[in-house]
Amino acid sequence: MEDVTKNENQNEAATAVADTEVPLDRTVRLMSPTRMVVRRFFRSKLSIVGLIMVVSLFVFSFLGPVFYTQWGEIELDESGKTEYSVSQTTYTVNGKEYTLRQTTEKSLKDNFLAPPSAEHLLGTDNEGYDIFVRLMYGGRISLIVSFIAVFLITVLGVIMGGIAGFFGGAIDNIIMRLCDVLICLPGVPILLIISTILDASDVDAKYRIYLLMIYLTFISWPGTARLVRGQILSLREQEYMVAAEAMGYSVPRKIFKHLVPNVMPQLIVQMSLSLGSMILYEATLSYLNLGVKAPYAAWGTMINIISTNQDILQNHLNVWVPAGICIVIAVLGFNFIGDGLRDALDPKARR
Amino acid sequence: MADERIFQYNSDAILEVQNLRKCFPIKKTITGKVTQELIAVDDVSFKLSAGETLGIVGESGCGKTTLGRAILKLHQPTSGRIIFEGQDITDYKSSQMREIRRKMQIIFQDPYSSIPPRSTVGGILSEPVSVHKIVPKEQVKDYVLDLMDKCGLRDYYYERYPHEFSGGQRQRICIARALSVQPKLVICDEPVSALDVSIQAQIINLLKKLQKDMNLTYVFISHDLSVVKFISDKIGVMYLGNMVEYGTKADIFSNPLHPYTQALFSAIPYPDPDVKMNRIILKGDIPSPANPPRGCRFHTRCPYAKDICKEAAPEYKDYGNGHCAACHLLG
Repeated sequence: MEDVTKNENQNEAATAVADTEVPLDRTVRLMSPTRMVVRRFFRSKLSIVGLIMVVSLFVFSFLGPVFYTQWGEIELDESGKTEYSVSQTTYTVNGKEYTLRQTTEKSLKDNFLAPPSAEHLLGTDNEGYDIFVRLMYGGRISLIVSFIAVFLITVLGVIMGGIAGFFGGAIDNIIMRLCDVLICLPGVPILLIISTILDASDVDAKYRIYLLMIYLTFISWPGTARLVRGQILSLREQEYMVAAEAMGYSVPRKIFKHLVPNVMPQLIVQMSLSLGSMILYEATLSYLNLGVKAPYAAWGTMINIISTNQDILQNHLNVWVPAGICIVIAVLGFNFIGDGLRDALDPKARR
Repeated sequence: MADERIFQYNSDAILEVQNLRKCFPIKKTITGKVTQELIAVDDVSFKLSAGETLGIVGESGCGKTTLGRAILKLHQPTSGRIIFEGQDITDYKSSQMREIRRKMQIIFQDPYSSIPPRSTVGGILSEPVSVHKIVPKEQVKDYVLDLMDKCGLRDYYYERYPHEFSGGQRQRICIARALSVQPKLVICDEPVSALDVSIQAQIINLLKKLQKDMNLTYVFISHDLSVVKFISDKIGVMYLGNMVEYGTKADIFSNPLHPYTQALFSAIPYPDPDVKMNRIILKGDIPSPANPPRGCRFHTRCPYAKDICKEAAPEYKDYGNGHCAACHLLG
């Protein structure tokens, strides 16, 4: 923190004397727009909180299973004990009482619904899987899947929006009408249909969530494309683009070296905000049993356990609350980062 | 009318513009047929020799900027010819233009919006140099630093970003960028009108010095008559898309022929409060270029307008020594 303020003072001093004589050997470290954004980002406490939340989730999900190897994702705790239940029936025959004692031996292979202990940090679920470990693996799925989806959405959105905005006219019209159509599609009913098709076809339970996310990408890119197109439409009329034309630059150079870098601020904000919504989407899908299927773990699937048993909802909070907390932390964290970036990238908030 | 003339390529003229016309569509039918158009530049012709400066003056909206951009083919001309160094570039495709681009450059009015905000001064200036391969790769930085020195930019600005500079310094960056590809012709599109007067003088002097050093030809667009008087060798006066008068600086200032030029020059302030100025005040506003008046474009505001002015457009004629004007009154 101290270092940052020192740097800042130096910079202000440098700008103040820029017009007067400055000895050339003076090393003035000036800030690029990117560094200014980073500095403003870290000034906001909320964005630091968001960053900590997201980074710790990443560490938890990706490094956690490396160090905590006591249980695997689909490793059952088979240390169940043998249970004896005694039933007692009393008969009265000819004035005499007879008591019939019956002992049933029930051998339990799986240690299910165990309370939190040293063995299972958050207990086990109704199948006997370790909840703590499954949280980590579920986090992997959620984070990977939402990053892939957001990456694809952004790439597709930038290409389509860039083309529409730069060339305009008929091309713009065609792409934007396509966007309109895709936005009209009802997302969830089509997801249900696709999920049914996936059920019928022979798709590995591990990969179906990726296929669903590709579909989500397909219906979500119009949002990014519209954003990019709008930005490029306004940037295209800027005089420095006329200057680039006058310089005789090629079209790809104009789009990717001069236009897209100027859309990046809005794009980064959009990406970080949609990361949160993609995690929610993934959780919803898994909760509805459309996404990741048992025995593989996902935060949504872990919450879904409550639908099988009322008792878990009321008496075994350790089974489903941690997954819910993880979802909240992830979504909040990405949204805090997004908000922080939006403020930091706002050119009017120069300070 | 225009097509009947025989195009003669003049070898010492670096730029020749013949009957240039640029229209912008305002209304189109669904089939794409233009039903109404705005005539921004109409039938403009002139010749410019290497090393000369042509000043183009006129009110705002008279088509000065469009003319400048049409010469660079940033707007495709509707009709007419542009001949640059003996080549007719009017119908060149954008791929063919790319080679010509390094020989003709433009400096813009607004030094704030004409520089990309996200790259350093060094990046802005080296990009055109490396794209057009002006010097070998390893010499690019030296070349750019040398250029910055010529344009009055200190070498440590190389790593800086545009937002750290004042308007005058930004305009120097723009000039350096335009000159980085070693052009022959530079269109200066009101390069000083966004700057304050003390900086204006610096920039004008810089442009003059660079012209001498690099043997540049300028087309200097401005509405500031004193600036134009200072820098130009020849002057063209535009009104509503037409070039109404064209000639050497001496001719135009000492003997303005066209009533519009006379009115325009009578508006130059004289720095002595005791001298009574004979201002010719024009009535009304400049008519809309979407619906220009018939006959002479200027007849609605001309103090000497006769009946013929409302009927027929005057011919653009040479009144001796290359001093051309378009007015019925001149006979």
